[in-house]
Amino acid sequence: MARIDLQSLGHSYTLNPKSDDDYALKPMTHVWEQGGAYALLGPSGCGKTTLLNIISGLLTPSEGRVLFDGKDVTALPTEARNIAQVFQFPVVYDTMTVYENLAFPLRNRGLRGAPLDARVREIAGLLDLTADLNRRGRNLTADAKQKISLGRGLVRPDVAAILFDEPLTVIDPHLKWELRSKLKALHRALDLTMIYVTHDQTEALTFADKVVVMHDGRVVQVGRPQELFERPAHVFVGHFIGSPGMNVLPAEVSGRAARVGGHVIALRRGYPALSGGAKIEIGVRPEFATLAPAGAGGVPVRVRRLDDLGRTRIARVELSGLPMAATVPEDLTLAGDEASLLLDPAMVHVYADGTLVEGEAA
Amino acid sequence: MDKPVNQGAWLLVLPVLLIVAFSAILPLMTVVNYSVQDTFGNNQFFWNGIGWYQELLDPSTDLGGRFFDALWRNLLFSLLILLIEVPLGIAVALSMPRHGWRVAATLVVLALPLLIPWNVVGTIWQIFAREDIGLLGWAVNRLGIPYNYTADPLSAWVTIVTMDVWHWTSLVALLCYAGLRSIPDAFYQAARIDGASRWAVFRNIQLPKMHRVLLIAVLLRFMDSFMIYTEPFVVTGGGPGNSTTFVSIDLVKLALGQFDLGKAAALSIVYNLIILAVCWVFYTVMTRMDAQRN
Repeated sequence: MARIDLQSLGHSYTLNPKSDDDYALKPMTHVWEQGGAYALLGPSGCGKTTLLNIISGLLTPSEGRVLFDGKDVTALPTEARNIAQVFQFPVVYDTMTVYENLAFPLRNRGLRGAPLDARVREIAGLLDLTADLNRRGRNLTADAKQKISLGRGLVRPDVAAILFDEPLTVIDPHLKWELRSKLKALHRALDLTMIYVTHDQTEALTFADKVVVMHDGRVVQVGRPQELFERPAHVFVGHFIGSPGMNVLPAEVSGRAARVGGHVIALRRGYPALSGGAKIEIGVRPEFATLAPAGAGGVPVRVRRLDDLGRTRIARVELSGLPMAATVPEDLTLAGDEASLLLDPAMVHVYADGTLVEGEAA
Repeated sequence: MDKPVNQGAWLLVLPVLLIVAFSAILPLMTVVNYSVQDTFGNNQFFWNGIGWYQELLDPSTDLGGRFFDALWRNLLFSLLILLIEVPLGIAVALSMPRHGWRVAATLVVLALPLLIPWNVVGTIWQIFAREDIGLLGWAVNRLGIPYNYTADPLSAWVTIVTMDVWHWTSLVALLCYAGLRSIPDAFYQAARIDGASRWAVFRNIQLPKMHRVLLIAVLLRFMDSFMIYTEPFVVTGGGPGNSTTFVSIDLVKLALGQFDLGKAAALSIVYNLIILAVCWVFYTVMTRMDAQRN
């Protein structure tokens, strides 16, 4: 059982960090609930791995505290924490058999004999490794090796949380899905907190109950996959999640209207006059921007290109010279490149300096 | 089945065959030729058949006794330096830094002894270990330990073994270090999470990675120490008595000191065959081990 608390936790690789830029991980407070399946999503170099290594104890944070169930473990070495970590490249002890690999963490902790054997076989069963128990680690496929890495974490009865650092990077695409389902099943079967670091939104959204999006050493949004999709708290989340990403356009906002290059776009919520030097933008996902024949209401756009993505078609359009992506309905046929764009007012969000502005409800 | 055979292809390997013939086979045949004859000078040669070989391989004869004494000395020397240099080399490699500017600094310092010409190494130690003017020899004697490599066989052996360890441990260390560098950090991190002890990390992660380079290191150090000539020749000249006369030193004494060309030629060939045989054993063991691993 572990609830993991990060209290004003920050890390800098420089000795005396002065500005925000000196932090690999900017000071943050966050709670990982016991039993949750979390994904830590963000581009390379955004501080995901730093955060993960701090939680597992491979790295000591330069400030703040890490609590496991209220107990301060900031100074504890990793072997003294009830936590396991699976790395990007599978770590398998080459000279040992699969069985010995799984038994290794238990033997190191002084477990011997029948209890050890029972535990190893139980975990091997969970991971479908029973048939391979007597094989040498070196000859196994990458996905089997990654299962062993995971197994060495699961086998310890004290482990309450497992951290994954991009664990599917070296796995063949068709096995990725299988292994991810296995992880999901394990998470449901065992009462474990799982934190899964990835830069792949599909992995994050399919694995996690809650996704933590990081950008530039900072957590920009924590939420269920649907929330990230429908209400990105930051333009970065809008860009990073979804394919193609959210359309972000510079705008002037007042009341329930946004003006983009002379065109008025209706908003669901009301906004006070936004200014004070902040950069005001509106964001709308292509999924909520539908193309319609010219003159069908909405805002007039110029169609540049149609991309056929198989199931859907995406139009690349221009609104007063600003590029946007939009959904093309199945039955739409266009004459020429003039069209109009229908936007769902509830899904048009307003951002000030990149951060979502809450409007006043209707 | 009926592939056309073009014998003209032999022409393509002809240059190599010619070069090898002139550089290796012809000189070797000259030695074989000497080894089956005896000479009393004046370029007069007499057929002796396998006589020299029989004498050489029979320890009860003068020549055979000399040869086997030198051979055992050689083997003892190789064994001693392997027992010291391999564990010491591993220990040095393990304690070398893995990141930062210290890596380059350590590598340069370690490589230094390897860059010194062999007879210079011999000269350095010949002076360094002298009990009258050498810093080491003088200091050891001042500590109350009798030490004189020109008079005492044990002192001579200690000097030569220490010199070889000083000269060549770096090679073992550098090879091991190369093996260690190929281990990703994730392995060490995973081992920490698994609660592995320092020994378990060495046994299960580091040693398996060093396994191959260690075999090469052992092979190189064995062959090289088995053929050692220059350094002991410079330091002790094979003495005191014959206590540091290795096969190569004895060979030179026979050939150039006594002009026993027949005996020396037979000794050369047997010496060569021993080295080839040991190489072959090593090679076979290494390839077998590789085959087993896969």
